[in-house]
Amino acid sequence: MTKMPATTAKKLGLVIDLDTCVGCHGCVTACKGWNTQNYGAPLSDIDAYGADPEGTFLNRVFSYNVQPDDGGAAQTIHFPKSCLHCEDAPCVTVCPTGASYKRAEDGIVLVNEDRCIGCGLCAWSCPYGARELDQDAGVMKKCTLCVDRIYNENLPEEDREPACVRTCPSNARHFGDFADPDSAVSKLVAERGGIDLMPEQGTRPVNQYLPPRPKDTLDKTPPPQLQTVATEAKGFLGWLDKALDALPGGEKTETAKERL
Amino acid sequence: MHPAPSVIVFTALSGLGFGLFMWLGLGFPGFTGMAAFGSYFIAYAFSVGGLLASTYHLANRKNAIYSFSQWQTSWLSREGILAVVTLLVFAPVAIAQIFFQSDAWNWLGPIGSALALATVFATSMIYTQLKTIPRWNMPLTPVLFLLYAVAGGALLAMQAKVAGVLILILVALQWAAWMMGDRRFADTGTTKGTATGLDRIGTVTTFESAHTARNYILDEMVHIVGRKHSEKLRMISTIFLGVIPVLMLLLLPANMFVAILALVSHLVGVFASRWLFFAEAEHVVGTYYARG
Repeated sequence: MTKMPATTAKKLGLVIDLDTCVGCHGCVTACKGWNTQNYGAPLSDIDAYGADPEGTFLNRVFSYNVQPDDGGAAQTIHFPKSCLHCEDAPCVTVCPTGASYKRAEDGIVLVNEDRCIGCGLCAWSCPYGARELDQDAGVMKKCTLCVDRIYNENLPEEDREPACVRTCPSNARHFGDFADPDSAVSKLVAERGGIDLMPEQGTRPVNQYLPPRPKDTLDKTPPPQLQTVATEAKGFLGWLDKALDALPGGEKTETAKERL
Repeated sequence: MHPAPSVIVFTALSGLGFGLFMWLGLGFPGFTGMAAFGSYFIAYAFSVGGLLASTYHLANRKNAIYSFSQWQTSWLSREGILAVVTLLVFAPVAIAQIFFQSDAWNWLGPIGSALALATVFATSMIYTQLKTIPRWNMPLTPVLFLLYAVAGGALLAMQAKVAGVLILILVALQWAAWMMGDRRFADTGTTKGTATGLDRIGTVTTFESAHTARNYILDEMVHIVGRKHSEKLRMISTIFLGVIPVLMLLLLPANMFVAILALVSHLVGVFASRWLFFAEAEHVVGTYYARG
């Protein structure tokens, strides 16, 4: 049903650390791999080996350049973006069929593909571009928070987290329950000052982004420039210098000594 | 936004169809028999045709029946239900007037008129509710949709002078909406900085997009081709939508020929302005992709 649950017992979501993400796109690939073989219709590729390939992805990594206002060194920041499982998710309430829903038990926003008509209104209502209509299956695809991994007792315990988190080589992605103030993700967000994306949209995203830590700055004046030690060319080079200057068109340049 | 023909035809035609129903329900033009058949045929053809066009926007039509289920939260669901109810309510009124020259069911007419207006309002709210598209997310959007329906409906109901006056008001409000719409995105304060949360560090520019190919998001929501010609299209739309029909309706003697010419011109204008409605609308997700 597209009515939002009043509260959710858990608020499962991700923390994405923009300080440590190296932009390897490993999470993108792991997500595509897992979600093509599991929950719902596979994530299709269109014209995969042709001139104009495109496909459905639930997670994509942008890279931004940020120039600090104080004129400090610019930073390159890799920016993974997927569904934020918003507490006030507009994509749920706009759905005419009840296919789009937020689970009361853990807050995960899912699409029931057996009800989806592929109208695309939920994707229009999402500020984050988190939903993509699969061009092959004609149903809306989105991050499931790997709902088929996190509760899956057939998997070893360490694998019971979203594929993107499990695969991240720089530990930039964390999974947990934000409703529990003592969870690792809640503590991380409190400690590092987690931020909402586009807070002015009023969606109250569950996923949090950790801003990059400030870069080191030079705290002392740079060393003075080296003084010239060779005052005058000697030996063969000295002779060559004088001989070339003496040729027609040559300049009588000041010697290094005169320059000093 | 991508100006998909299916949604342009849907909103334009169904708007006019339900606009005509609004007038028919109130007893204008008050025909019976074959003439009434003509009026109701046009009203049903436009409204049903528009609704059918909208189903071409669906990628998975086999589940369409479920779209009547979520009226509690979804404007799209409400629109579907209201449209069907309106079409059903007008059926006995139309049958009585056409086949029995009877006004026995005319008492249902005003109820149908109210439902027709409610349908158009629900259609407009599908777009108005979207905070992600600031140009649509303002109170003037439903007012305009209703005015398009009532003015175009008056034209179809052959209420020449009323239609002329309504179209004049429509053009004035359309220009107000265009000019207010131009400022809406900036007013929301959404930038690449707020989209990424990196505005607390400095000025954010795109270093590299997330993907080299196009995707659904770009195709659907980052349409930019149309914006280039928006000024010209606004003028073209104004001339066909308003100037030509108003001059014909208010200055020329009312007859069938004038009415049809005015209607054709108005239709061209409606399609042009509805194309612009989609093509000009900027979605906030574009901030993740925009260069600079």
